[in-house]
Amino acid sequence: MFRYIVRRLLQMVLTFFGATFVVYALMFANIDDPLQALVGDRPLTDTQRSALNAQYHLNDGFFTQYWHYVSGLLTGDLGQSLTGRPIGDMLAQAWPVTMRLALLAIVIAAAVAVGAGVLSGLRRGGAFDTVTLVLTLLVLAMPIVVLAPLAQLVFGIQLGWFPPTATRDANLYQLLLPALVLGTLVVATELRVTRASVAENLRSDYVRTARAKGLAPKRVVGVHVLRNSLIPVVTLIGVDIGVLMSGAVVTEGVFNIPGVGFNLLRGIRTEDGPLVVSFVSVLVIVFLVINLIVDLLYAALDPRIRYE
Amino acid sequence: MSDPNAVVAAEAPSRTPRSLAGDAWLDLRTRKVFWIAAVLVVVVLLMAVWPSLFTSADPRDCLLARKNAGASGGAPFGYDFQGCDVYAKTVYGARDSILVGVTATLIAGLIGLVVGLLAGYFGRWVDALLSRFVDLVLAIPFILGAIVLARRLSSDPESDGVFAVIVTLGVLGWTTAARVMRSAVISAKNQDYVAAARMLGASPARLMLRHILPNAISPFIVVLTVLLGINIAGEATLSYLGVGLKGDSISWGLAIAEAGPYARTVAAPLVWPSVFLAATVLAFIMLGDAIRDAFDPKLR
Amino acid sequence: MTDITAQMDALPGMDPRAPLLHVDDLHVEFRTRDGVARAVNGVNLWLNPGETLAVLGESGCGKSVTAQAIMGILDTPPGHVTAGRVLYRGVDLLRLPENERRKVRANRIAMIFQDALSALNPVYTVGFQLAELFRVHRGASRREAKRRAVDLLDQVRIPDARRRVDDYPHQFSGGMRQRVMIAMALALDPEVLIADEPTTALDVTVQAQIMSLLADLQRQRNMGLILITHDMGVVADVADRIAVMYAGKVVEDAPVYDIYAHPAHAYTKALLESIPRLDHKGQPLNVIRGLPPALTDIPSGCAFHPRCAYAREICRLEPPPSYQIAPQRVTSCHFVREVLGV
Repeated sequence: MFRYIVRRLLQMVLTFFGATFVVYALMFANIDDPLQALVGDRPLTDTQRSALNAQYHLNDGFFTQYWHYVSGLLTGDLGQSLTGRPIGDMLAQAWPVTMRLALLAIVIAAAVAVGAGVLSGLRRGGAFDTVTLVLTLLVLAMPIVVLAPLAQLVFGIQLGWFPPTATRDANLYQLLLPALVLGTLVVATELRVTRASVAENLRSDYVRTARAKGLAPKRVVGVHVLRNSLIPVVTLIGVDIGVLMSGAVVTEGVFNIPGVGFNLLRGIRTEDGPLVVSFVSVLVIVFLVINLIVDLLYAALDPRIRYE
Repeated sequence: MSDPNAVVAAEAPSRTPRSLAGDAWLDLRTRKVFWIAAVLVVVVLLMAVWPSLFTSADPRDCLLARKNAGASGGAPFGYDFQGCDVYAKTVYGARDSILVGVTATLIAGLIGLVVGLLAGYFGRWVDALLSRFVDLVLAIPFILGAIVLARRLSSDPESDGVFAVIVTLGVLGWTTAARVMRSAVISAKNQDYVAAARMLGASPARLMLRHILPNAISPFIVVLTVLLGINIAGEATLSYLGVGLKGDSISWGLAIAEAGPYARTVAAPLVWPSVFLAATVLAFIMLGDAIRDAFDPKLR
Repeated sequence: MTDITAQMDALPGMDPRAPLLHVDDLHVEFRTRDGVARAVNGVNLWLNPGETLAVLGESGCGKSVTAQAIMGILDTPPGHVTAGRVLYRGVDLLRLPENERRKVRANRIAMIFQDALSALNPVYTVGFQLAELFRVHRGASRREAKRRAVDLLDQVRIPDARRRVDDYPHQFSGGMRQRVMIAMALALDPEVLIADEPTTALDVTVQAQIMSLLADLQRQRNMGLILITHDMGVVADVADRIAVMYAGKVVEDAPVYDIYAHPAHAYTKALLESIPRLDHKGQPLNVIRGLPPALTDIPSGCAFHPRCAYAREICRLEPPPSYQIAPQRVTSCHFVREVLGV
């Protein structure tokens, strides 16, 4: 287990530098006037120009620039947005509501996916399974830009079941509709993987052994099938966090939730380059850390990984 | 004998041998899902190539006098807040979606093909290097990477953003295709007939193109079909976010973004592009599903 | 229920004088999309305490399906028992309600599978999987169950059992894993043990160790053992009786010595002649031509007739009856006299 953790940590450090390098290079490498690119169509005053030059060390070589950027990320010094506000402060203000939204979405998605996925997998080809499969197909085909505005229109405005917008200190009820939208993004894949792995494990030899041991069906499924079936689902959660982050940008924009995604969207629309780069970089780091945690969780569930 | 079903399958009376593709086609023909998806795809393709077949209205002919007007004879979906014909706009929106989707998928497919083929065939350090590279791209959540890249590529205010979106989706979207190609190549490589061809002195290029590729191509095609749907959704998302198509481009994603704030007053300009977008994505996902099932009877 | 060695309550209708196990005219079919596969077509078997019955046949002959039907762990669907009885001490297990039948498994009839690696749950320690039996069936405490698990590992001669009880299946070697499997099957002192190809997945040297362990444990406990195998070498060493199966039927059932000396069915004879023998070195090997029939399409009459050297018109038309040719010998071959050479 110890070796596994060390190896994963080392891998993460490497990936961290690789990923931040890619983000930085995408933004700044091989470009004539990086400052103008950073601010898009906005006119740039000389004072702004020199401030940005100092912030991004644009007069230095590319690798020095990158180094300053990474050390800024690591020390929490994220610079200023074009509006003059410290990006670190904006992030600190925006985090809590995004966290709550994401957690709620993950809990809803996981509960539905595992619950319905197990039922579907146990009775493959049954009525419930067929309906679930069709529903997941429909959900898979709904991009977030369709899902979020339509959900707001139908459930928030026309039916009025949920508040159509939420504030910074939104309560659970206000966050429920956006969280459902966000959860829907990942629920279909999670459900399908759960279903497939339950169905596969049901046919496995060790389940036959469990039945031969005279265990009741409830115990066979609850103890022997379930834990094995959750292993591939857990690995999916890591990928899903990335999908949720992308989804949060649109969802928070649609529902006016002043979280990380909302700020990022506003940064894109106002062409606030520094804000976009910093927010994206921080989100990438969060994504890496969560994936590390998921890997450890995976090892806890599957002893074959632990003793590798 | 541990699995009685396997025995039955293995001993089922063999029919006349056919090619895998021939078998798959015979199987596809009997599937309802395939036909629904195929019809949808053909309709959307027609719309993209020949929009005037579906509407005689001009999507750019907008009159503020008709602002938010309801459905009428010429405009079955009514007019939006700028007085544009919603139906015409939606029909014309197919063109850039398909153009971006298809081209981006071809680029992603090409990168995925080359990376997967090389990694799978040569293995060892080539594989290790390329696989780490795939991991690296996957370490950046797709839309976040796309936001940064698309912004960078579309910094020219004159461009309509089509090129930027195509490159963005193509450059960031090849990882699944590469992974599938790699594992298909690895399993094809270990088949006896490939070993035999190698012993007969076939060159690596010939081995890859003549012997391995044809047997690894079907899962790859399935991934590309689904990726096409994902890329169409990706274009809409980037356009919605403001880093995709811009200016006076007509796109489902742009239409949804524009209609959102007015949805309270008039819903049609939001609903119809959404429906067309979802139906198109659905069609490609279903098509991919159907092809996969047809090619891989074991998965049924 | 603190005394975990307590005997189970008797099953309703149980008769201690009745045969230990009697499978009577068992039929099993698999309903698949390619048609109905008749895997078992009227199998008759019987087993006494302390006896080893080898069920011998090529893969696909229905021997594993028969075992699963006896245990009641057929995958249903597609598998269905369509006729017959499985009598344990006179009680028809097929007529028992599921919750009663569940108590028979592991308590009275237990089973060992071919591939211990896939037959053990990879995510639980072997200790957990052994202790589970005592906890579920005997209501034992966690500690007591674990103590019993260590005991069992000792009994199947796994070194350092106290430590290894906390290991996971993938940490054991193939032979050790099969010992764990055996320990699991013997945990609740069953009277019947069904071993489905227990040594097929193992190295030859390990095979012998496992077989002798099984034989020892069987002798100590006076268990009835059904040994399912396609390996005639294994059979000769340990079996008391052999039931030869072909296309879902027992075609010959006889004491082991008789069957090797005087096979009474054309199929048995062909099987014996197909074993490579050192004293026949240099001579062509007698192989059985053709393949076992597809279970969806079993030949008419005697199912073996398309591959049989003795076959004549009647074999194609009439299923052969069972001939009792000695007190313990049954065969179904139209030409039993010719095969025996009398």
